[in-house]
Amino acid sequence: MSVDLAQFHQVFFEESFEGLDIMESGLMGLDLGDADNEEINTIFRAAHSIKGGSGTFGFKEIADFTHVLETLLDEMRDGRRQVTREAVDALLHSVDVLRMMMDSAKDDTDSDKDQIQKQLKELEGILGSGSATTGMSAPDQVASSGGATGWNIRFIPEPDMMVTGNDPLKIIRELAELGEIEVQTHTEKLPNLAELNPEDCYLGWDIRLTGDIAEDVLKDIFLWVEDECELSMQPILAAVTGSPTTTEVNNQPAMVEPVQEAVNKNAEAKKAAAGSSSIRVGIDKIDDLINMVGELVITQSMLSLLGEEFSIEKLEKLQDGLVQLERHTRELQESVMLIRMLPISFSFSRFPRLVRDLSANLGKKIELVMSGENTEIDKTLIEKIGDPLVHLVRNSIDHGIEKPEDRIKAGKPETGTIKLNAFHKGGNIVIEIVDDGKGIDPTAVLNKAIEKGLVPAGANLTNQQINDLIFQPGFSTAKEITDVSGRGVGMDVVRKNITSLGGAVEIQSTFGKGSVFTIRLPLTLAILDGQTVIVGDEIYIIPLVSIVESIQIKSEIINKVAGKGETFKLRDEYIPIVRLSSVFGIPNAKAKKLEDGLLVVVEADRKPCGLFVDDLLSQQQVVIKSLEQNYQRVDGVSGATILGDGSVALILDIPGLLRMSVRH
Amino acid sequence: MANILAVDDSSSMRQMVSFTLKGAGHNVVEAADGQEALTKAKSQQFDLVVTDVNMPVMDGITFIRHLRAEPNYKFTPMLMLTTESAADKKSEGKAAGATGWIVKPFNPDQLLNTINKVLG
Repeated sequence: MSVDLAQFHQVFFEESFEGLDIMESGLMGLDLGDADNEEINTIFRAAHSIKGGSGTFGFKEIADFTHVLETLLDEMRDGRRQVTREAVDALLHSVDVLRMMMDSAKDDTDSDKDQIQKQLKELEGILGSGSATTGMSAPDQVASSGGATGWNIRFIPEPDMMVTGNDPLKIIRELAELGEIEVQTHTEKLPNLAELNPEDCYLGWDIRLTGDIAEDVLKDIFLWVEDECELSMQPILAAVTGSPTTTEVNNQPAMVEPVQEAVNKNAEAKKAAAGSSSIRVGIDKIDDLINMVGELVITQSMLSLLGEEFSIEKLEKLQDGLVQLERHTRELQESVMLIRMLPISFSFSRFPRLVRDLSANLGKKIELVMSGENTEIDKTLIEKIGDPLVHLVRNSIDHGIEKPEDRIKAGKPETGTIKLNAFHKGGNIVIEIVDDGKGIDPTAVLNKAIEKGLVPAGANLTNQQINDLIFQPGFSTAKEITDVSGRGVGMDVVRKNITSLGGAVEIQSTFGKGSVFTIRLPLTLAILDGQTVIVGDEIYIIPLVSIVESIQIKSEIINKVAGKGETFKLRDEYIPIVRLSSVFGIPNAKAKKLEDGLLVVVEADRKPCGLFVDDLLSQQQVVIKSLEQNYQRVDGVSGATILGDGSVALILDIPGLLRMSVRH
Repeated sequence: MANILAVDDSSSMRQMVSFTLKGAGHNVVEAADGQEALTKAKSQQFDLVVTDVNMPVMDGITFIRHLRAEPNYKFTPMLMLTTESAADKKSEGKAAGATGWIVKPFNPDQLLNTINKVLG
């Protein structure tokens, strides 16, 4: 039977990547010099599984590499080797190299041989010359019977051999398949019936096996029992030495073809696997979903029964059924959305390593504390928030936390702390990056901003406004551009990326005490809580997160400032008014005078603005459809959705809209 | 056709073993660690056990030691999936009651050959 191993590759890669993550976080957690044996064992086990799997599924390069890695781990586990920083560093680098090899294997591309060799050298250097072995391939079967025409075998099992599941009879049968067999049984140890224990083995055999049989083949048969029996094997030498290996040679050509076929199949399956990305979903989520679908089916059948013989008396029942249908549909939607949700630990898991490596590079002492790793967030968001988060954490390490000597001077503990917190807050995910470093120096930032022409000289800004300046394009306070963060493309890109996910980022900082970056993200990108508004005949959707309030306007609070357009005064603040009808060129808007319509006060980039609309309709969840995919990009619009009556409504992109209206 | 219990914490290995054995007409039940395997082995009788050695919760050797102590499993063949480098595991496993071992990496044909050998 030929089994196509390629079908298991995807699962193998998935669990191997997980295994690498386990190794990495395990290595990060090891206490130098005094490591917990169980922790090392966990790391060892992950490496061991990767080795076993990669060997079995035909990734020899990975198997060989992991073997060296495993040897080092094994020595640590047995206490034969100290857990030194050097060794842990080498192991961490090896995890990186393995990840690279695994990626290449997955995409069926060539791996970086130089890097592998370099890393192997490093590992072998640690292992000590001579003790490391790079290959783990089994020795080639040397098929030779040494000119024997057969074997005389003495096989006397120990009494309890059978209680390990080995059966002498099976062994003798196996021998019989190899050639002609003559068996002589020793019965002298057989007791009389009263003393006989039926579970023990009392017999022994002298076996004469004739045929051209290699010693290795024989040894293989007795391999499992050699410690549980008296065993001797003497070759029966032939008078004339024949050509010993004819049968083996003849067998070989037959082997070649299936192997070739398997290789081709592998290549095809690899192509298919590389393109698809999969997601692991807890079984409870699937069960919920199945339950929900069950409910939906029941409701549907109830409704269709009602429809078959409908009369007006049954109207109430119909309405009940429709209410139920609505509820089930909503629950189903929520359950399906949950499938895409993953714990944010997928994104957080890289930070212990990052903090460790960077702080060592910069000569700083930093402790990373993470909380809320189990907070769930949409898979797409996890992927997209990764880079901005890395940037912010790097920023905290580089610019935030001071060097140990500076910290001591400032009366702080030598080791700085960076906290990563994630939690749900009002339909959003909030991620905080908190450091107890030097914080932002408002004077330095302001001077820099004036120097760069971002702020007019002599401007009077609040601390919050000054802190916000670091998100301005082209702003960088680091005096020299370091390897770690700051390459001029800094925080503005971070803010842009987070805004494009429908989120926001803010900073609070106290000079000398530390900074807090707060990222707010929607739970998902596929659905949005929206307020539908009407202008003329057109319906638009305003994302609920942007709305501050909606007000009916009175004429006395309106100001028309020459050259600056309409504004109104709300709680001592002048807020610009944007008429949606003029932005989108709608001729038949019902409300012409501001008193006739409504103002929806929205906020983007901390700037408030009043959107003038005819009326508010309802609040509802809408499914976001891409405008780019179905039509083209439109300024001020982030997407579209289909309303209950089948018509299309545009979803407003509030920051974009405000930028547009400023230009107008 | 035999009733076989396949134990491995790696799901790719487990799937491969299980798929191969099912393809040869056997009935296969899977378990992800020794503890789970022990529970399953007590609730139904297997003719053969194939188990990985290195596993979380309960390793393969401990599992074999426990299962071998069950009266129903006194003579049941139990095979360990092990690697060449873990030579000491073989004797440790034998002492715990393992019938024998299959060395990783192995291909499906090698697995079937070995299994046919113990099922006789």
